[in-house]
Amino acid sequence: MKALWLTARLDIVESLRARWFLVYAGVFGGIVALLFLFGLTESRVLGFIGLSRLLVTYIQLTMAIMPIFVLITTVRSVAGDREAGVFEYLLSLPVGLAAWFWGKLLGRYLVVFAPVCLAMLAAVVIALVKGIEVPWGLFGYYTALLAALAACFLGLAMLISAVAKSTDMAQGAAFLTWLTLLLFLDLILLGVMIQGRVAPEVAIGIALANPLQVFRTAALSLFDPQLIVLGPAAWLILDTFGGTGYRLFALAYPTALGLAAAGLGYFLFRRGDLP
Amino acid sequence: MIRCENLSKSFRRARVLDGIDLDVALGERIALIGSNGAGKTTLIRCLLGEYVHEGKVTIDGRSPRTERTAVLGKIGFVPQLPPPLKMPVGQLIEFSAALSAADPARIDALAGRLGLDVAAIRSRPFVKLSGGMKQKLLIAIALGRDAKLLIMDEPAANLDPAARRIFFDLLAERQHEATMLISSHRIDEVASLVNRVIELDMGKIVLDDRVADDVSLTGRFACRLVARRADAALAKALASWHFTAEADGLAWRGEVAGPDRLRFFGMLSRYVALIGDLSLSEVAD
Repeated sequence: MKALWLTARLDIVESLRARWFLVYAGVFGGIVALLFLFGLTESRVLGFIGLSRLLVTYIQLTMAIMPIFVLITTVRSVAGDREAGVFEYLLSLPVGLAAWFWGKLLGRYLVVFAPVCLAMLAAVVIALVKGIEVPWGLFGYYTALLAALAACFLGLAMLISAVAKSTDMAQGAAFLTWLTLLLFLDLILLGVMIQGRVAPEVAIGIALANPLQVFRTAALSLFDPQLIVLGPAAWLILDTFGGTGYRLFALAYPTALGLAAAGLGYFLFRRGDLP
Repeated sequence: MIRCENLSKSFRRARVLDGIDLDVALGERIALIGSNGAGKTTLIRCLLGEYVHEGKVTIDGRSPRTERTAVLGKIGFVPQLPPPLKMPVGQLIEFSAALSAADPARIDALAGRLGLDVAAIRSRPFVKLSGGMKQKLLIAIALGRDAKLLIMDEPAANLDPAARRIFFDLLAERQHEATMLISSHRIDEVASLVNRVIELDMGKIVLDDRVADDVSLTGRFACRLVARRADAALAKALASWHFTAEADGLAWRGEVAGPDRLRFFGMLSRYVALIGDLSLSEVAD
């Protein structure tokens, strides 16, 4: 346990000194600042006003940016460290492979989740200071949703890092993963269904399996659960599961997917060459 | 201490280690030599449990792969190329000491003996240190715990003569309680440190020879050299070995560490036409 925390702490310190983290933290802090600056809290769209409107916009932007950021920076850092000889040296120290792998994942998880969460928390603090009403339920669910999003893509990134032999290959695989998930969002599914090439059940199955789609549907279900906004597959899923059931699924499934991917990554990592 | 039985390692179709059988006892000091690609680094990584391989490797009867923490707790490792770690020096020391159950103050003290003031660089990122400073710190970390096996890949390559002399002293203090495996692609770099030479070529052991163990790791040699004429390049080279010129500017005096003699002669060989007289005599302890 001690080795796990030491490794997590090491990864946090390494990340805090990396340029990507400054950019990453700046992007999310910047988004919140810009949303306040442009007076989004004063605007009213589809019944959402004040901080609700800001949080909905923030989570939409975060869902677009965070997955690719987490995927690319994690595989670059892990595969890059392996190529540069960091693994050769640090794994010559008496640290267990489980403590090393899961400690690294834990440290990185805190590093990727903290800026996103802190930016949202900063929005809440500003809202409280300005006397804007804070929708605590929405804030709580969106925080949990972002925690699940971070766990999901971090797990996938650790799996890719364990499999890829070089930084270039890891980056390519990470980008391809993100692109594939993006291609199977509801808009593409709609096109496929219109052409009648796949059964609706298959399209819905794909939508349920795609974590990006799951987050999108869950976030929008609190915003405006209408067919025109959600897309056909998401609408049908919501109709079948019910709002609460689906929102719970949207937290559990991506987290489980991330953990399963990380578990597979660990299995491959420990049975192969380490550096 | 170290036992390899039919150790083989392949990367895709390339066989990098090919049926290595090796027995190393406690207290042996081994030079692992061979040209680039001979398999030295791969052998070291197998000993550190970092590569999966065919055959069997045990250290003190344990597998470095399946009993990592127990085995690696007894190994001190100095890599050839320092890793590009962004963490501060202080944290690297604390991290390695905490994992190895070592005292960070002992690492600081060893680094100090090598001429590295840890207090002054504690908050600096490791990657920003000079090559020599990195090497000194990694040596201090490796020697700063009770390691029974020291694996060092070109450990003295980035050290100046003064630091090398202290490094030899540090090795001498451990020579009866630890096995040392010193890798180099040049025999003259390590020959005088060791009592056994193992040469690898194309993944096989092509030479396994015991060598005379007469060289004291702590021995010193007083040297006097007279140049035929003044030469700036020779003067600079001798100054880097902390030699001082006599009044005429042609005669130079200094001390050379016993294990460093071959390296010293290697340096002098570049100026052989300029050397009129050379004497070397052992200094009594």
